Amino acid sequence: MGKKKELSPVQERYQELQKKHELKKPILKNCLRAFLVGGLICTVGQAITYFYIYYFNFTEQTAGNPTVATLIFISMLLTGFGVYDHIGQYGGAGSAVPVTGFGNSVISAAIEHRTEGFVLGVGGNMFKLAGTVLLFGVFSAFVVALVRTLLSIWGVL
Amino acid sequence: MLPMFFWAFVVGGLICVIGQLMFDVANLTPGHTMSILVVAGAVLDGFGLYEPLVDFAGAGATVPITSFGNSLAHGALMEAEQHGLVGVLTGMFEVTSSGISAAIVFGFIGALLFKPKG
Repeated sequence: MGKKKELSPVQERYQELQKKHELKKPILKNCLRAFLVGGLICTVGQAITYFYIYYFNFTEQTAGNPTVATLIFISMLLTGFGVYDHIGQYGGAGSAVPVTGFGNSVISAAIEHRTEGFVLGVGGNMFKLAGTVLLFGVFSAFVVALVRTLLSIWGVL
Repeated sequence: MLPMFFWAFVVGGLICVIGQLMFDVANLTPGHTMSILVVAGAVLDGFGLYEPLVDFAGAGATVPITSFGNSLAHGALMEAEQHGLVGVLTGMFEVTSSGISAAIVFGFIGALLFKPKG
């Protein structure tokens, strides 16, 4: 949000007009779709988790790791064949919030920039969209772990 | 086994609804939304609240991006218990290595296999 500027009467009237014609977002419908798509992706993830627990001796706690990798592999195929775009249009945040969305942002950036060459194009742009998730994830994890470790060293925790 | 699928669906779906509300109501970009969710996951793990959610909802908690922040913080904390402050840096990617390496490897393979459309 920018700074609120003093508006002339004409500008105010324009703002009112704009507000009247602005498309109302169907929030409830969007949320329902996000719930369905996101829930389904997590259910598929749960099936993959059980697959790793029964056939590869992972435990409930450690099976999340290979599950995430498998889901990213699936999202590579879906992104490459152009299916993920459609899922994203229908599901909104339901397709963006699961790790498949993270995978999709990496893979689509990689595919999109391959015409610029593998070093500068693919290598340089791969984390264009996902980089912010990495940065804030790593930095917040660093702060959280630092605070907790310091607290336990000082004997507070 | 069946209740686990149910709770994975419900909890995973609800986390996505939170994301959708951040899109629609708070008018945040996907980048901002993802960043906030990742930070939320790391902070929740700092209070020890994310592990119980994983036990309860399985993939409903490990598949959304919040688990990425959780496993980053978790790895750092586990290593910090053994090696003190240095462990915060050395343990950071210990748990979450598969997500990052999968994204890089499959991202590159995807770029080799597929041509951009349009």
